[in-house]
Amino acid sequence: MKTCLVVDDSRVIRKVACRILKDLSFETEEAENGAAALMACRRRMPDAILLDWQMPQMTGIEFLRALRSETSGNHPVVVFCTTENDVAHITEALNAGADEYIMKPFDRGIIAAKFAEVGLV
Amino acid sequence: MIEEDFVYLAEVLRRRSGVVLTEKKSHLVESRLVPVMRRFGFREVGSLLKELRHGHEALVQAVIEAMTTNDSAFFRDRKTFDEFRDIVLPALLVARAESKHLNIWCAACAAGQEPYTVAMIVDDFNLLAGGWTINLIATDINTQMINRGQEGLYSQFEVQRGLPIRRLVGNFTQEGTNWRISDNLRRMVTFRAFNLLDSFGWLPDLDVVFCRNVLMYFEQKTRASVLDRIGEVLAPDGALLVGPAEQLSGLATNYVAADNAPGLYYKFRPAPRLRLATG
Repeated sequence: MKTCLVVDDSRVIRKVACRILKDLSFETEEAENGAAALMACRRRMPDAILLDWQMPQMTGIEFLRALRSETSGNHPVVVFCTTENDVAHITEALNAGADEYIMKPFDRGIIAAKFAEVGLV
Repeated sequence: MIEEDFVYLAEVLRRRSGVVLTEKKSHLVESRLVPVMRRFGFREVGSLLKELRHGHEALVQAVIEAMTTNDSAFFRDRKTFDEFRDIVLPALLVARAESKHLNIWCAACAAGQEPYTVAMIVDDFNLLAGGWTINLIATDINTQMINRGQEGLYSQFEVQRGLPIRRLVGNFTQEGTNWRISDNLRRMVTFRAFNLLDSFGWLPDLDVVFCRNVLMYFEQKTRASVLDRIGEVLAPDGALLVGPAEQLSGLATNYVAADNAPGLYYKFRPAPRLRLATG
């Protein structure tokens, strides 16, 4: 079973995303900010990360840069999931090593389509 | 809706669009007609159906458009587009190297996601810079969908179903919460409202036909007729792409299925028949 770390400071969003991902046969773990996510990755690297942008302590983009500097290649797959829906943010995320990008609000179909896009389902 | 009205509506739909309305879908009928009732000022479905019997053409068209399915997505059934990119297009680029011209038809294009997906793939090959002319024709029975395709403006929800983020950033510009297809891709596609029951005489000789997720709504006789007429306008080495789950076996004898490529068919040319002089 593939693992996905859901990183978002909203407990409700984490809960909704985890439910969708479990339906897609993922084992899920949660983190409420970038710093907690980085620690979780150091404990056990997931196959995928669903990542919010604006979070206290460490933002999604800061986390992604730190993650990519610690790991080689494109593992794990990182899919942003954020309300930062403009081209500048999307481009910044892709340049930092994001694999896909979901613009909130999302539903099951969008998560399934985006995860299929990066070969996760 | 009373049975008599449902039977009449089903007959109008079958005769005018080829779409078969089964009893299983009867529960959908009234909800789909609500916007038409609102637009034309009817308070009850019965009144709308009564007026429909008088042959009010704008109403007939609105009802047909309301009853036909327009669901689509960019890169829907990705395998079809992989087959187009990896098998169909490379072969045609060799076969048409001299004329440098391709005619591609998306026969039921909904709001334009399919032809723009094809345009993106063609654009990847950088053909226009190489002197190629790509004539991408997109048709649908629904004029509202055709207008949407011409407009090329899609919601955030629509661009997230199947479209990779790099293609979104590279091929669309953001307008508020919507996304507009780039001018170079929009210029590649010619949209036109067209009913598949009508004559295909206006179409040029076609190199590729996408006819996906539409035949399933037709009865057997109409499916066979559409496939036969596509065969008449398809070049001898042209390709027909239907949905990966759609089977042509038993429907049309003038196509052969490609090996290991679900939904991809080639035109089969039977040996010429001997014509006997009569009279």
